[in-house]
Amino acid sequence: MNAQTHVIATSKRKIWPLTGGVHPAENKHQSTGRPIAPVPLPEVLVLPLSQHAGTPAEPVVTVGDKVLKGQLIARASGVLSAALHAPSSGVISAIEARPIPHPSGFSEPCIVLTTDGADQWCELTIIDDYRQSPPETLVNRVRDAGISGMGGAGFPTAIKLSPGSPVHTLILNGTECEPYITADDMLMRERADAVIEGAGILQYMLSAGQCLIGIEDNKPEAIAAMQLALSKSACADKMEIVVFPTIYPSGGEKQLIQILTGQEVPSGQLPADLGLVVQNVGTAVAVKEAIVDGKPLISRITTLTGAALQTPRNVEALIGTPAHHLLLHAGLQESQLSTLVFGGPMMGFSVERLDIPVTKTSNCLIAATPMEFPEAPDAQACIRCGHCAQACPSSLLPQQLYWHAKAENYEQLLHHNLFDCIECGACAFVCPSAIPLVQYYRASKGAIRTREAKQAKSERSKARYENRLARLAQESAEKEAKRKANAERAARLKTAKATEQTTVAEEDPVQAAIARARARKASASTLAAKPAKEALSGKQKELKIQLSMAKAQAKKTERALGAAQASGDDGTIEQLQSNLAMLNEQVAKLEQAFEHSSSSTESKAEKPVKKDRPALSDDEKKRKVELAMANAAVKKLQRALDSASEEDAPALKQQLADAEQKAAGLKQALENDL
Amino acid sequence: MEIVLYAIGALLALALLFGAILGFASIRFKVKGNPIVDQINEILPQTQCGQCGYPGCRPYAEAIANGDAINKCPPGGQVTVNALADLLDMEPQTLDAADSQAGVSRVAYIREAECIGCTKCLQACPVDAIVGAAKLMHTVLADECTGCDLCVAPCPVECIEMRPVAVTTRTWSWPLPSGDNLIATDRRGQMS
Repeated sequence: MNAQTHVIATSKRKIWPLTGGVHPAENKHQSTGRPIAPVPLPEVLVLPLSQHAGTPAEPVVTVGDKVLKGQLIARASGVLSAALHAPSSGVISAIEARPIPHPSGFSEPCIVLTTDGADQWCELTIIDDYRQSPPETLVNRVRDAGISGMGGAGFPTAIKLSPGSPVHTLILNGTECEPYITADDMLMRERADAVIEGAGILQYMLSAGQCLIGIEDNKPEAIAAMQLALSKSACADKMEIVVFPTIYPSGGEKQLIQILTGQEVPSGQLPADLGLVVQNVGTAVAVKEAIVDGKPLISRITTLTGAALQTPRNVEALIGTPAHHLLLHAGLQESQLSTLVFGGPMMGFSVERLDIPVTKTSNCLIAATPMEFPEAPDAQACIRCGHCAQACPSSLLPQQLYWHAKAENYEQLLHHNLFDCIECGACAFVCPSAIPLVQYYRASKGAIRTREAKQAKSERSKARYENRLARLAQESAEKEAKRKANAERAARLKTAKATEQTTVAEEDPVQAAIARARARKASASTLAAKPAKEALSGKQKELKIQLSMAKAQAKKTERALGAAQASGDDGTIEQLQSNLAMLNEQVAKLEQAFEHSSSSTESKAEKPVKKDRPALSDDEKKRKVELAMANAAVKKLQRALDSASEEDAPALKQQLADAEQKAAGLKQALENDL
Repeated sequence: MEIVLYAIGALLALALLFGAILGFASIRFKVKGNPIVDQINEILPQTQCGQCGYPGCRPYAEAIANGDAINKCPPGGQVTVNALADLLDMEPQTLDAADSQAGVSRVAYIREAECIGCTKCLQACPVDAIVGAAKLMHTVLADECTGCDLCVAPCPVECIEMRPVAVTTRTWSWPLPSGDNLIATDRRGQMS
């Protein structure tokens, strides 16, 4: 107590009181009795890809790769992300989903590293004098080292170190207000020089005029160590250690700013907007190691405490060490263990499994007994006592928030600035009805975030849907336009053709018609030339047949005449003789005709004349056929007469005479025609 | 008597003046379209799934504005029905949904090994959330998929299925505490 009074007396700076706040039992002494100890190398390190706020890191190693201590195994993906390095040398044995320290108990992708025990460092590049390097280079070095806030939120440090507006004050947070946790306390006690050096580097990177190191007055040893280190440091004139009374939750970023500067960070703004940057003392040490020693962030100080541990203490744990391994090192009595809490009792969360790894933000593991963390009593009805509003460090109205959260009235929750709640648990701590207020707020925050995400997505869907409709409309319009254009072109072509034709017709319709007719004729005549010749040869054939028939008839008549002369029938002889003369005459005529036709076929010039002949010969043919028939009848009768008996002869003779007369008449007619 | 006439005259003059102002305002500041349709459309989940029987969220919003039932939106779930009832000052109806899947956000998943690249689902998707080309494998942009189901039916090889969106540590949130209304004696009474 004396020490505390002494420290406060030496703090010259004016400090401001925190709004609200509570005084939970500290329970810090259990773990401060022993120095920070290293932990034996675990066989397996499980490194979650998402140990920070923002997008998960991207693995750059594959299963089976051999890695050295400090080697990059996952790079930052995007600005709001942090790299990951191998905490020890070994082989990547898996990249798979493993349970991570998260209140949901879910598994997330992790890189599993099986250590080889050599713990062999990779090559490190160190910066001799950081003051010779531009701040940007140092910020990049911090980014490459994968440093994210060590206080609990895990915000990538490099982003905080490159603010948009100028920063006048760097605040180093050594408050560690939450019960049980002593990691920062022990760090400041044992590594005060590193903290001061890290603070100097951060101050240089931010070009901040002053640096305030805020420490609660319940850590006199840490204060003394820090003051000693500061007095030895070169930059003592720009730094100041500010000690203030212990109250929970003075370690919150906005709360610490209020205590040290009296300023309140407006709702929805960042400390950088006020020219302030707050960094945890653990982060300062990590930055110092990254810049001065070239070491990436591969380990952290973690408090192992709780009544289920025989030797609660602080350890320097490699990132990824399973909780079970650490707890065994601190003398875990598993029979006593009821709850394992990651973080402090106010803001931490309990986990179900013991194989969950320590991450960059794991500042404390509490292995609690049932006596220590009894089950929460049943929540009673709110009696509207208002204690919660007095305890709230953010000046909110927890009771109102509670009612609205219960009614899921999100508009009212936003109206009451739910998102300014830092979930410190002070309201629930003082609630006489033991209402789990923080859980209501967390659930409501989650529901509102989900709703906002849904709304954002539905807005996006709407935009996409409308864009699609517009695109389809445009496409169909384009198609329609194309179709129209095609139709128009076709119509134009048609009219053009029509006009061309009409102009030709108008020019000389008669000539065109004649030309067409000529063309048709020419093609037809070339086609008909051969058949015409054949037709002519057909005609010749016909004439030849007729000729041979006539010759044959004449011969027959001659023979008949000979027979008649032999029988001494004078009338028949006379008739036959005249018949024969006529037949001979016919044969001569036919021979002449045949010769004439065959000679005409050879000369195409006489074609039209020849063409006329078939028309004439149609009738002639008919008569000739009749004549031939008549002649045949005459011959038949003559033969009948030759072989006839005496009594039949006169009748036959009469018939023969009629037939001969008919044949003569026909012959006469034919001759007349020709 | 005269004063009464003055009063009547003055009031008449005022009435005419304000009548003219109101008449002018009703023409000059006429609201185009139906603003309630936009408000209803804001509440609808914009999945464009057509499960309400209309070809999209906006047509359904117009139908509601014209007096259709407000409980035909399964993707929106009871929350949407309640919000619509609140907006339109109606009695909240229970959701008219066939299955209990209502309100559960789902996302289409293409079993890529089975996809034949027919592009039928591409044409069915109302938000262009499927990428692919003819005879090439298609895949769903899960972030843009509204879970509307419209791509499932056109698939000739039935390689599209609807999967519930998995909760990750990023989308997980604490549940609301329950049962704190009871006082200890009540609970004991219940348990015995």
